Amino acid sequence: MTTETAPALTARLKAALHPGDGPCACVCGALADRPDATVVRHGATVAKAHAPDTDRHELAHRLTVAARLPGILLPPHTTAPARLDGRLVTHWPYGTPVDRDDPDAAPWEAAATLLAHLHRTPPPTGLPPMRGPAKAALAVARLRRTLTAHPSTEGRPVLAAWAALPPWARAEAPAPGTAFLCHGDLHLGQLVRHPAPGGPWHLIDVDDLGLGAPAWDLARPAAWYACGLLPPGEWLRFLTAYQAADGPAVPRGADPWPVLDVPARALTVQTAALALTKALTAGRPLDEVERAVVDACARMPGVPAQLARDFLK
Amino acid sequence: MQCPKCHAPMHTYNRNGIQIEQCDGCRGIFLDYGELEALTRLESQWSQPGPPSPAPQGYPAAPAPAWGAPQHGGHPGGGHYGGHHRHKSFGHMLFSS
Repeated sequence: MTTETAPALTARLKAALHPGDGPCACVCGALADRPDATVVRHGATVAKAHAPDTDRHELAHRLTVAARLPGILLPPHTTAPARLDGRLVTHWPYGTPVDRDDPDAAPWEAAATLLAHLHRTPPPTGLPPMRGPAKAALAVARLRRTLTAHPSTEGRPVLAAWAALPPWARAEAPAPGTAFLCHGDLHLGQLVRHPAPGGPWHLIDVDDLGLGAPAWDLARPAAWYACGLLPPGEWLRFLTAYQAADGPAVPRGADPWPVLDVPARALTVQTAALALTKALTAGRPLDEVERAVVDACARMPGVPAQLARDFLK
Repeated sequence: MQCPKCHAPMHTYNRNGIQIEQCDGCRGIFLDYGELEALTRLESQWSQPGPPSPAPQGYPAAPAPAWGAPQHGGHPGGGHYGGHHRHKSFGHMLFSS
């Protein structure tokens, strides 16, 4: 794996995206600077350096899907990723994101409708699996490594809840039932207005897009709601809009939890694992929100997983 | 009688004809065999069917999993979400994997 520091990569990505050597007069800057992705903007263009272990062929396949669904996914400038010092780089139009300072204005209906349209799209052949379960497994593996360096009893309920999940939710088996085209990593940072600033909402970030259980894409808001973090009104706006757009993940007019239970548990465990890893590494206690997620893991073993009954079949 | 949890003395109270031991320290309650059932019976007699209670304002009823936060189905405002004062940490969580 490349060990290059994020700031160095950001600087090179910026240099590659910007014309000339002089100071730039455009609106530009780093939009994200994380170990798994670096995103910089130059005017109307955004460049993303993908995670070091990204598979070129799989990424190209995912970019092709985005290019073919311009009303749902933000279309990339090209479907062939470029290379920059060993990292795959893709280029996109700049879109206006959800205002982080005003989560109450979150476009829950738009997010749900886009997901329903994505899930209803016949998936192209040869698309790799949706990476949601794999990402959850990575978060748990990272927690295990963190616990060896920073032992804590807080890890127990999170690891126990993970162990109780069925193999498909831990990326150890394919998802049961029909495979749908899924986003794989839905949160409010995955929506932008295109064209900026007032165009319709689009989904971004195709890194985890692929074939899988569509309930996974609803499960993060579901998990937030279950943990008592997302108010019922906002959860119901999201769920109702998804059902109104004929989303195939949950039955219409029936309890969605038999289908949402397992993925919502998995995403709660993933969130708890990431939160705990951060808190232990920083040597600080969990905050109120992180505590709510870890506590939810602790309650899981007492409640048998709801069966998806015949719906998944 | 001593509280099995915090070892403070417990005192006996009479509730609807049922003897209940309550701890002076932690306020925990001890019930003898059959007393819980007796209380449940009394409760079901007490709660006569009345008009359905209206949903708490702004919080429509929605099913939630049993491992979820205990606030569900409880009092409004009991959750971590409190109207417009959304927790900063949750605001961050909404935007990350």
